[in-house]
Amino acid sequence: MTTSQSESATREAAAALTGVETTARSIEEAAVEPATGITGAQSLVRSLEAIGVDVVFGIPGGAILPLYDPLFDSKVRHVLVRHEQGAGHAATGYAQATGRVGVCMATSGPGATNLVTPLADAYMDSVPMVAITGQVPSGAIGTDAFQEADIRGITMPITKHNFLVTDAADIPQRIAEAFHLASTGRPGPVLVDVPKDVLQATTDFAWPPRMDLPGYRPTTRPHGKQVREAAALIAGASRPVLYVGGGVLKAGATEELAELAALTGAPVVTTLMARGAFPDSSPQHLGMPGMHGTVAAVTALQKSDVLVALGARFDDRVTGQLSTFAPDALVVHADIDPAEIGKNRKADVPIVGDAKETIGQLVTALRAEHEAGRTPDLAEWWSQLDDWRDRYPLGYDEPEDGALSPQYVIERLGAIAGPDAIYTSGVGQHQMWAAQFIKYEKPGTWLNSGGLGTMGYAVPAAMGAKQGMPETTVWAIDGDGCFQMTNQELATCAIEGIPIKVAVINNGNLGMVRQWQTLFYEGRYSNTKLHAQNADGTPKPVRIPDFVTLAEALGCVGLRCESKDDVDAVIEKAMAITDAPVVIDFVVGSDAQVWPMVAAGSSNDDILAARDVRPVFGEGQV
Amino acid sequence: MPRHTLSVLVENKSGVLARVSALFSRRAFNIESLAVGPTENPGLSRMTIVVDAEASPLEQITKQLNKLIEVIKIVELETGAAVQRELLLVKVRAPLAERTQVLQTAELFRARVIDVNPETVTLEATGTPDKLQALLAVLAPLGIKEMAQSGTVALGRGPRSMSGTGTLRPVERTA
Repeated sequence: MTTSQSESATREAAAALTGVETTARSIEEAAVEPATGITGAQSLVRSLEAIGVDVVFGIPGGAILPLYDPLFDSKVRHVLVRHEQGAGHAATGYAQATGRVGVCMATSGPGATNLVTPLADAYMDSVPMVAITGQVPSGAIGTDAFQEADIRGITMPITKHNFLVTDAADIPQRIAEAFHLASTGRPGPVLVDVPKDVLQATTDFAWPPRMDLPGYRPTTRPHGKQVREAAALIAGASRPVLYVGGGVLKAGATEELAELAALTGAPVVTTLMARGAFPDSSPQHLGMPGMHGTVAAVTALQKSDVLVALGARFDDRVTGQLSTFAPDALVVHADIDPAEIGKNRKADVPIVGDAKETIGQLVTALRAEHEAGRTPDLAEWWSQLDDWRDRYPLGYDEPEDGALSPQYVIERLGAIAGPDAIYTSGVGQHQMWAAQFIKYEKPGTWLNSGGLGTMGYAVPAAMGAKQGMPETTVWAIDGDGCFQMTNQELATCAIEGIPIKVAVINNGNLGMVRQWQTLFYEGRYSNTKLHAQNADGTPKPVRIPDFVTLAEALGCVGLRCESKDDVDAVIEKAMAITDAPVVIDFVVGSDAQVWPMVAAGSSNDDILAARDVRPVFGEGQV
Repeated sequence: MPRHTLSVLVENKSGVLARVSALFSRRAFNIESLAVGPTENPGLSRMTIVVDAEASPLEQITKQLNKLIEVIKIVELETGAAVQRELLLVKVRAPLAERTQVLQTAELFRARVIDVNPETVTLEATGTPDKLQALLAVLAPLGIKEMAQSGTVALGRGPRSMSGTGTLRPVERTA
């Protein structure tokens, strides 16, 4: 059977199954001039242009070379990165900052496998991304040819979907499908693998193509009855909490959320993936829940009677020990992905749908409840919440040895750069402090690697975000461990004119791991010291690497700050530099810790506000 | 753990089987048996997947399967409401002195002889997993030299079908 026969049969089958023409959807982009007798590579570039792609991040190589030739003349900008991992995270940063699909490109074999980490990262955080990889010629597939890797097989578990294009005529359709899949339903990365001979083949181009995805029908419209049931539950709650996850940002539902929050008067917590979905300045905002969340946010979830999860997935970093999580709560769980509902925590009212539509309808349904006279009194709940918030605010102690406090640096950075800037981070202590001590007011201003926890995310993600939002100040807050994983992209930023700013929170250690060694391994610092050390473990007075000269070698401005008094001035200085990337080496103490903390696997009831400080919640009060 | 039979219509494309089996392994679901074959529609294949799972993990399995782009529809076939068959080929030691016993056993189980030589007889039998187990138990003392067994294939009873009009109710996509 030929492919086309098979596909037309599939279409008919799908139409028969659903009773609707599911496959005739077409991309609503401006019609693009058709062409005949062009190469597969030209067809691919035209497809990207037709979709409206403005930038791709990538590196050429043997198998994808034919694609780079027409790309040379295209209006699509190509940013030549220094490592494919940088291309992948840049695409993610671009997508998270702009809400559009991020695009990266790599050649076959090692080029493609270098995309594996960013793909896994984007998959875990539901980021819309399309990766295009070259593949060895069709005839060589399966022969262990030079630079051959089965990237489709490798990325099956870490992509929303992936394709191997076998016929140049299919290119526009596959590209359209890839962007459609990446950006609709629960977003995610899609990989399109194109063999070299398919790029070289002669073909015709017409746009828009017909998409053929009979098995893909995401539910975006919530079930009215479920929404009304949820509204009734919320209206009758005495200790409700809105548990807001990244899905609210993905759906662009922050206005609806603000309305829902105002209507319910309920406390709001925003997860690590949702910082910025609800303004930190709102008195209704209790902050971030989870392992390093605020005492008020964590405890509000624990003591709630109705938990309204919106685009959140009850991640273990939020729930702590699952069996003791929010034991008295009835759960309303709204998510676009039905598989998330009931995966970790049983939902009493499940709602499958897009967060924007769901929250919008919830607002309407809740108004009806209120009009019917069912308006809850949350005064007692709020006096309880305010008590926790007042007694256990976020805070930190200045290091006893007089070293610079990393939390202070991050706090000042947030205050000076303000809520209009975009902040990216790596993974570890600096990430948690950046989530805690920067005040986020707007969606798309906090980009980080939440699910996969990818060290090295900050610099390339900042590059992608800056490329997508050139008028916005973009700060990468990085640790010295993370920074040494991906700082090569600063050369890309310098050469391509992408002036990001980097704050290296340099404590000379893998700080978060060190913190766990302090707390759980009797202070045995096995392989967490990054600085040069003497035989007795004390630091040597040399800087390896010297981040200031490293930054300068990479074409950036390098600055250093080692004392509290200089923090504001150095940040201001960096803010004033707009024509080049800037790196500030903040040399901070190595013993600062992230608090509060719920130890891995422990119950949220056992949160510690600070080391050895167990909050008193006032037993019997709730 | 209760046994469940899922009938899964998928697009007839390369890589679908890999996707489904990889999903089961990475989500730590166990497949008891898996059979794939063509359907009345050349664009679709049917996978019959038998799993041992409690209700809650089963719901996760079907939801995760439904997320695969090339999965069109999933129906759980309840034992009473579906016919289920497996195919068994078994090569039994059958010297002349014991051959009658082998052939009688075959007849009892409505198995057919499909190959014969002076030392062995090869039988073909279809049936429910239970029936084939019973046949194997009787043949075992005679000496099973080799066997091959298919996974379960199944269809719902009654006039309805998964793809036609009056379709069987799919496993809920929504929660």
